Amino acid sequence: MSAEFATSRMETAPASTGARLLDLAERHRVLLAGIFLLVFPLVLPFHALAIVILTYGLYALGFNLLFGYLGLLSFGHAALFGGGAYLCGISLVHFGAPWWLGILAGTLGGVLIATLIGSLAIRTRGIYFAMVTLALAQCVYYLFYQAVDWTGGENGLRLPSVTAISPFGIPLNFVDPLTRYYVVAAFVFASLFFLSRILASPFGAVIEGIRENEARARACGYDVTRTRLVAFVLSGAFCGLAGALQALHLAIVPVEMLAIETSGLAVMMCLLGGMGTFFGPFVGAAVFLILENLVSVYTVHWQLVVGVVFIVCVLFFPRGIWGSILHWSRR
Amino acid sequence: MSAPSSDVILRTERVGRSFGKFVALKDVSAEFRRGALTSIIGPNGAGKSTYFNLLSGSLAPSTGKVTFEGKDVTGLPQHRFAHLGIAKSFQITNVFPQLTVRENVRIAAQALKTRFDIWRPRAAMTEFIETADELLRTVGLWHRRGELASALAHGEQRALEIGMALASRPRLLLLDEPTAGMSPEETRTMMDLIVRLASERTVILVEHKMKLVMGICDRLLVLHHGELLAEGTPDEIRRNETVKRVYLGQREH
Repeated sequence: MSAEFATSRMETAPASTGARLLDLAERHRVLLAGIFLLVFPLVLPFHALAIVILTYGLYALGFNLLFGYLGLLSFGHAALFGGGAYLCGISLVHFGAPWWLGILAGTLGGVLIATLIGSLAIRTRGIYFAMVTLALAQCVYYLFYQAVDWTGGENGLRLPSVTAISPFGIPLNFVDPLTRYYVVAAFVFASLFFLSRILASPFGAVIEGIRENEARARACGYDVTRTRLVAFVLSGAFCGLAGALQALHLAIVPVEMLAIETSGLAVMMCLLGGMGTFFGPFVGAAVFLILENLVSVYTVHWQLVVGVVFIVCVLFFPRGIWGSILHWSRR
Repeated sequence: MSAPSSDVILRTERVGRSFGKFVALKDVSAEFRRGALTSIIGPNGAGKSTYFNLLSGSLAPSTGKVTFEGKDVTGLPQHRFAHLGIAKSFQITNVFPQLTVRENVRIAAQALKTRFDIWRPRAAMTEFIETADELLRTVGLWHRRGELASALAHGEQRALEIGMALASRPRLLLLDEPTAGMSPEETRTMMDLIVRLASERTVILVEHKMKLVMGICDRLLVLHHGELLAEGTPDEIRRNETVKRVYLGQREH
């Protein structure tokens, strides 16, 4: 053991208080998320808004797994989100399924569509991957758009409104916005827990390795193509679940959920909040939707204002809001 | 450091590779002995890197056959090679830059023993962390384990790469110009490391600088213009007239 490469620096410098706090937050991120989900409706009294922040945040979380952690930019995630919503809706409308089966159908729908799109798109990368996912998502859009008997076509699919649910025998009034919020929050919490497990697992290390250096990951013995597909399918499960929750909340699945704008929304929320960070997608979703709600009170041109905010963020804070906070406190 | 037996670990039969009309490598047949340290040398453009890439699975040969331990491995996907017991380091430094030094090796160490494992926490899988630490000591980087790989000096990154290659416990280690771009000091450390590694496993080394490998390797393969020019012990190569002619007029580095 004679070889010691010349070096002056030994261990890394001691961390600052802020960094130590953040490290602590990182280690207990699921607990932290749970506390936040509990108090969030007290901070934001518009419960309907709080619910969509969670559903879109969950959608962006699914996208982030692929984009932020694996480094694949998909422009077709609307197919997973909208597909999940439609499959949840169809199971309720056409098969009279209970709400929980609708959520299961939506999640599995996301998995199924992700498997189909993924197995075709995963061989390409970069701009080609973005374009192939976009094209396939457009196919899904037209499929659902044309199947009027099943989906209601351009009018969207109206769901029977779910009024009372009783998970584990506990009767809950699903019409009450706060109760509904906590039901959605429970699913989001479970998703965050699951994501945290994925990221901490050997698989989580592999996807980050592939993002960092594909050739090296391959030389280590990893089947990069298969790993990508598995990540895409996991992403589909999160997005499908988000879509199903959204469908139950809105009691309608508008066909726009499958549109290209919805795919763009995931990219935007993810970049705004901070790609490749645990809380970034939710921060991005919250900032985007709160801005949208605030600005649209004053002007119909709210998209212009949100657009400017987005551009400023991307230009001056390329790490996103949460990503920048993490970065500054670690310096 | 002599080979314990004349057992052949890797064999190429008339392998060739062309890129469009350009023939980079033509009909190279060679045998690599188990336990030996073999160097592939030759002037610039001799086809060394192409040959290396065929041996390591980065490229599939256009013609011919590669067999490892008697098994045909021609055209197998790259990731299969690590599973077979062949590991390599790249000519251009190739690590996971934004991950820590230890995590780089740890990822390499878990590669053959986990498969889409999305549930168990990797921090609890201590065997991979132990393997990583042991290998970091071997390549002399243990004291820098907590730093990002991108913060390492060039020579250290090359050493890290070798640590990663060793993580799969390969029976055959392939190194592509491991001292490229290194200072004389770094080069010496690296050559010491290679000699140490070669005492425990088969090593094949591509090197541009003939002088560097003459003293340490058991056998040499000389490539020139994409063809095998000579093969033998360092002494035989040194006496070989054809090799002398090829290297003559060309400045030794």
